[in-house]
Amino acid sequence: MINTLFKSATILAIFILFILLVNIINDAFGYVAIENSIEPTIFIESGNLDDLNSDDIIEILEERLSKGLVRRYNSESPLKERSQKELMELLFNRVIEPRVKQSWSLKESIFNKKEILELTTKKYPNAYIDFRAWLNLEFITKPQSSIPEFAGIRTAILGSLMIICITIFFAFPVGVASAIYLEEYAGNNRFTRFVQVNIYNLSGVPSIIFGLLGLAVFVRGMEPFTSGSMFGYGDPATANGRTILAAGLTLAILILPIIIINTQEALRAVPQTLRQAGYGIGGTKWQIIWSHVLPASIERIMTGTILAVSRAIGETAPIVVIGASTFISVDPSNIFSKFTTLPIQIYQWTSRPQAEFRNVAAAAIIVLLLMLLSMNTFAILIRNRIGKNRS
Amino acid sequence: MTKSKREWYVGKPKYHEKIIQTILAVSAVLSVLITFGIVYILGKESLLFFKEVSIVEFFTSTKWQPLINEFGVLPLINSTLTTSFIAMLVAGPLGLFVAIYLSEYASEKARSILKPILEVLAGIPTVVYGYFALTFMTPLLRLIFGKDTVDIYNTASAGLVMGILILPLVASITEDALKAVPSSLREAAFGLGGNKLHTSMTIVVPAAFSGISAAFILGLSRAIGETMIVALAAGAGSNFTFNPFEAAETLTGYIVRISGGDVSYNTMDYNSIFALGLLLFFITLSLNVLSRKLVRKYQEEYD
Repeated sequence: MINTLFKSATILAIFILFILLVNIINDAFGYVAIENSIEPTIFIESGNLDDLNSDDIIEILEERLSKGLVRRYNSESPLKERSQKELMELLFNRVIEPRVKQSWSLKESIFNKKEILELTTKKYPNAYIDFRAWLNLEFITKPQSSIPEFAGIRTAILGSLMIICITIFFAFPVGVASAIYLEEYAGNNRFTRFVQVNIYNLSGVPSIIFGLLGLAVFVRGMEPFTSGSMFGYGDPATANGRTILAAGLTLAILILPIIIINTQEALRAVPQTLRQAGYGIGGTKWQIIWSHVLPASIERIMTGTILAVSRAIGETAPIVVIGASTFISVDPSNIFSKFTTLPIQIYQWTSRPQAEFRNVAAAAIIVLLLMLLSMNTFAILIRNRIGKNRS
Repeated sequence: MTKSKREWYVGKPKYHEKIIQTILAVSAVLSVLITFGIVYILGKESLLFFKEVSIVEFFTSTKWQPLINEFGVLPLINSTLTTSFIAMLVAGPLGLFVAIYLSEYASEKARSILKPILEVLAGIPTVVYGYFALTFMTPLLRLIFGKDTVDIYNTASAGLVMGILILPLVASITEDALKAVPSSLREAAFGLGGNKLHTSMTIVVPAAFSGISAAFILGLSRAIGETMIVALAAGAGSNFTFNPFEAAETLTGYIVRISGGDVSYNTMDYNSIFALGLLLFFITLSLNVLSRKLVRKYQEEYD
């Protein structure tokens, strides 16, 4: 009786994981009721905009949009020189202006299709129903937007990737160096024990505290450095330290203890005989570490580092604390740029009241989870390779 | 770390190797500097805060309304403990059951499938759990208890989901503790005619008690420091309430909300998040230290 209880607890845990994933997929796809502010049939009888040619579109744009806006578009790049596709996008986003009135989950879309259609014809007589995959190629390649149906995550993905590069660049060498020192060089004295205890304690500090440290040290204390004004980047008057560099450094100190602990375990797993063989042929300590111990443990070190980095990618709280900008639709150009990241985008979209933003957040979550899943798979592959080398 | 003096067979280091060794040592010391940095920064900004607010008021007043200069931390601590307590109600028993199953009952094959799945649960970013709390757990609670009793933002939903988040952590440390119990103890119990359940519950679990409590304490510490779930699901605005169905802001929830809005330096808002950070740091640090002490105890017992 009771042992089935133990078993069902385990099954429950797995069931929750299943529900979590289903819940996210459920929100990322489904019917939407869309209402156009101007019907395409006004411009062309068939309602099929593809039948319009470039000149027609320009005519419509000049007629429908304000003079100032047309002038702005012309100064960005003359309308006449734009491709049909670009013009069509302008026409679509600016003139037709489709807006999602209501969205439904995948489950509702499958089982209550009839009710959805009835409700739409009653509540939004001008709207049409469309099945929408919120997660699509455009979503991944478009920048952020304040309108959910045009929102994308390219800026956030780039931000996340750039931050992670900085994080690895700082945390990996320092972490591995610390671990080598502690495992290979340090004697068993009070100071070493103190450092070791300190690292363990650091690994248990809540991530938001690292955010506070980053805010005070990197954003505020080292502002000339992290804002790039020291190197002549950015406008010194408006520059502040809330940049990719500051975020990357904050995450670097966050995952440093994890990398050190993992690397120490990797080094400890290298058999002592390997070191002794090296000494036997007259090698110095560093020669043996560099040419024997590190190559023998590099795969374990990599596995540990990948897991630490995948944790950094998912971290939200410390980056919110150091002040990732709330709305960024421009791709980060260098490490002194303002930025947004994937988890921050998810956080912001989730905390908005409109239901459509939930759909967008769900789509972004799928991208984030896929990113982490592929990293973890990579780590497991490396781990399995170690197993094979051994036998 | 365990090797003491230089072994006689090690070749004499070349000059540049001394430099390398120094660089390595400096890296190792960096982590100590980070800790000092945390304490220094949190302490410095908190001092500015406590110049304006008396410590007595901070710890006794039941109102946290920075706008009208009311800085009593109790409502924030209260909701932090509420969410953490609910989380432990989920993660404690469930984690223990999962650990007993994995360590005592599951076949090698079942373990090799189940453990990685639990690890996946632990690797999901907390912001995703926050989304889950808001879009799944809250509607579920409102369905069960009625929309009038359960607010859209409530500590119960945040706590329940947080429990799911720390479940793998509790399960994995508990399992380690159970595994560390020598099999001779189990065999002795079997020899006296005990069945598997009896042995697990009266011999193995009590023998691993210090490890199990270490797991619970570490889980509690993780719950207290957790941010994104409470930021999304528990609600904004402090509220001194013991009702888990009401919205209430936690320590971490307040920090992340205030700093999310481009807080300007040297204001009370700015200083207050560091004071709360210092409090949070001390709470989690003491729990972590306690947990490590307990882990070491069970490791020593059976070595």
